[in-house]
Amino acid sequence: MKILTTPRMDRCIGCHSCSMACARLVYKRLSWDTVGIRIASSGGLSTGFEARNCLACDPAPCVLACPTGAYSQRKGGGVVVRKSLCIRCGECAKECPVDAIYLDAEGEPFVCIHCGRCITFCPHNCLEMVKVAVEETIEEADHD
Amino acid sequence: MIRDYFRVLVVDLSTGRGSVMSIFEGRDTFAGGSGLAVHLFNKYAHFDKPWNDHEQPLIFSIGPLTGYFPLMSKTVCAFKSPYHDQYAESHAGGRSALALRFADIDALVITGKAKRPSCLVIGSRTLELKEVHYLWGMNVYATGKVLRQMFKGTGHRSILRIGPAGENGSAMAGINVDSYRHFGRLGGGTVMGSKNLKGIVILGDGIFPLTESKEYPKLFQEVYKQLTDTDMMSKYHNLGTPANVVLLNDLKALPIRNLQKTSDPEIQGITGEKFAADALLRNAACAGCPVGCIHIGFIRERFKGEHRYLYRQMSYDHEPIFAAGSMLGVTNYSEVLSLIDVTEKMGLDVMSACVALAWATEAIEKGILSEKETIVPLRFGEAKIYGEALNHLAYGANDFYRLLTQGTMKAAEHYGGKEFACVLGQEMAGYATGEVFFTSQALGLRHSHLDAAGYSYDQKPKGKTVSDAVNFLIRDEQERVFLTSLVACLFARSVYTKELLSQCLSSVGYQSLADNIDSVSSNIQKLRWKTRIETGFDPKKVSIPKRFTEITTWKGNIDQDFLKSLQQEYAQWISEFWKED
Repeated sequence: MKILTTPRMDRCIGCHSCSMACARLVYKRLSWDTVGIRIASSGGLSTGFEARNCLACDPAPCVLACPTGAYSQRKGGGVVVRKSLCIRCGECAKECPVDAIYLDAEGEPFVCIHCGRCITFCPHNCLEMVKVAVEETIEEADHD
Repeated sequence: MIRDYFRVLVVDLSTGRGSVMSIFEGRDTFAGGSGLAVHLFNKYAHFDKPWNDHEQPLIFSIGPLTGYFPLMSKTVCAFKSPYHDQYAESHAGGRSALALRFADIDALVITGKAKRPSCLVIGSRTLELKEVHYLWGMNVYATGKVLRQMFKGTGHRSILRIGPAGENGSAMAGINVDSYRHFGRLGGGTVMGSKNLKGIVILGDGIFPLTESKEYPKLFQEVYKQLTDTDMMSKYHNLGTPANVVLLNDLKALPIRNLQKTSDPEIQGITGEKFAADALLRNAACAGCPVGCIHIGFIRERFKGEHRYLYRQMSYDHEPIFAAGSMLGVTNYSEVLSLIDVTEKMGLDVMSACVALAWATEAIEKGILSEKETIVPLRFGEAKIYGEALNHLAYGANDFYRLLTQGTMKAAEHYGGKEFACVLGQEMAGYATGEVFFTSQALGLRHSHLDAAGYSYDQKPKGKTVSDAVNFLIRDEQERVFLTSLVACLFARSVYTKELLSQCLSSVGYQSLADNIDSVSSNIQKLRWKTRIETGFDPKKVSIPKRFTEITTWKGNIDQDFLKSLQQEYAQWISEFWKED
């Protein structure tokens, strides 16, 4: 299983190509908000850029907070989203410790699904998919 | 948002209220950007009233492809100019274009005058005029810092603001966009100042569904690949435009010391290579552009003993380096950056301001001016003194600076020295390539080196006729005006061919524009010239100062007959073209 990481954000030039690719290809929108990776400057452009994206928590606080099962734990970290189950309560976004979940005006949550489609659009290789170990036996043990 | 009309937010600063207008006329004939700006100028401006009449509009517009394709990342700003009281356009990037797109408007029109210094905040669900008297007098950087704290939307907003130059009526005051980009030329900053408008915050918080077309994401991918695979990345990202400094110097086409020279070995201290090696801190990009042509340099200054330093960052390009460097005889990169920093803080257009000071320096050398006027002893190469003079220019420190800041030629008409004022419609850009460029800037609609590639035509083999050159300027302007109506960065012009633009427009649903690029381009070109002329421009009265005929380039002396004929024929075309049906 792989997760999206942002190991070289110090190279970021703030072009937003990753965000726009996510919006276009994953969420079928034109936006830099309803995306799984949002780029922001901290304290103005003179200080460089940072990415707001899912850090692939396991267990994920957003999953624990979700009352309907719209968010479930993704193997390797992060969430699997079942949009049809979402009641737009916003609890997931409230619980995310790194502000990685964006709620649109109607309260629909948008989060990174670790698909990696944004990566090829970064001109400076800031992003990377990283393989993570999936310890399936632990999950099984928990049920025993 | 794809729609068959223009969605325009019109804000009246005198009431703090606005209305969202749906303008159905023009979507298929003026496209957006430059075309929309001039269309709106005709709708909202008062041609018979001066630029500073409160009813005059300040317009910002984007185009049908803004945000939909890479490098469709610029905004057009239009206004009646304090520089010549005629129609003017200035273009900038930063985040302004995408922020306007996501604010869900094709254009913002600002009329009226705020009762007190104010900041306008707009977004897809926001309209607020906030009184900010405490920011008046503050420099551009400090203003940006406070505005960033005051308003939400970090990362997905654009902050436009002015400095002291715009507050003090300078016709050389620009509008700073997101610290490193500018609506620099022709005094847009003073239009804001005259409206008591210190800043504009554009929140890009709208979200749009994308077209169902499968063609669009596929085409995006192809365009993106072309733009990032070609030599553009290298040309604009590597050394960037400062690569021109050494190329032009080798060609004997770099304006040096008020264009007294066109080549000098001393410029080795300010070449693109020198900046990249010793001053380049990092690159940045306009939102929506993977090229990242913005070069940010840094300087550190020791302000106290015991190794107490401060550091500053500022963007640099060929034009600021020519203006604050070679034109003023400053050949140390660090000193050039210091001067750029002063113009940034003051909110002055660096090209206009430094070319004006170059003229004043030569006027002192010739005894036309003295320190009585200039306050400080201007001398080529003396960066520290120029830093002080730029402050005097921004604040209008005395009668001399108050006149000079209205335009170099206005000061030259009063004090003398018109023959060596490096003015081609406005203060010259950094190319002394010859007759075609001089004609292009002097007569171009924006008096910009970007109106048409005259500097490139000058470098083609000799033997071309006057008609060849004029036809080139006309055709090139027409192609560029379509790009600036979409609104593309002109760095992408080699990739965005007419055929590709047609495909792009078609893929997102603008079929009529896709099918009629030639006629739409011609419409826009015509309306822009009509508007310029009806606001007072007479192309036949433009004169090119003697200095431009005295230089020697790699081609030898300037061909004065050729220059004169070019000027006459191009002026004749401009005078007639806009009247055609």
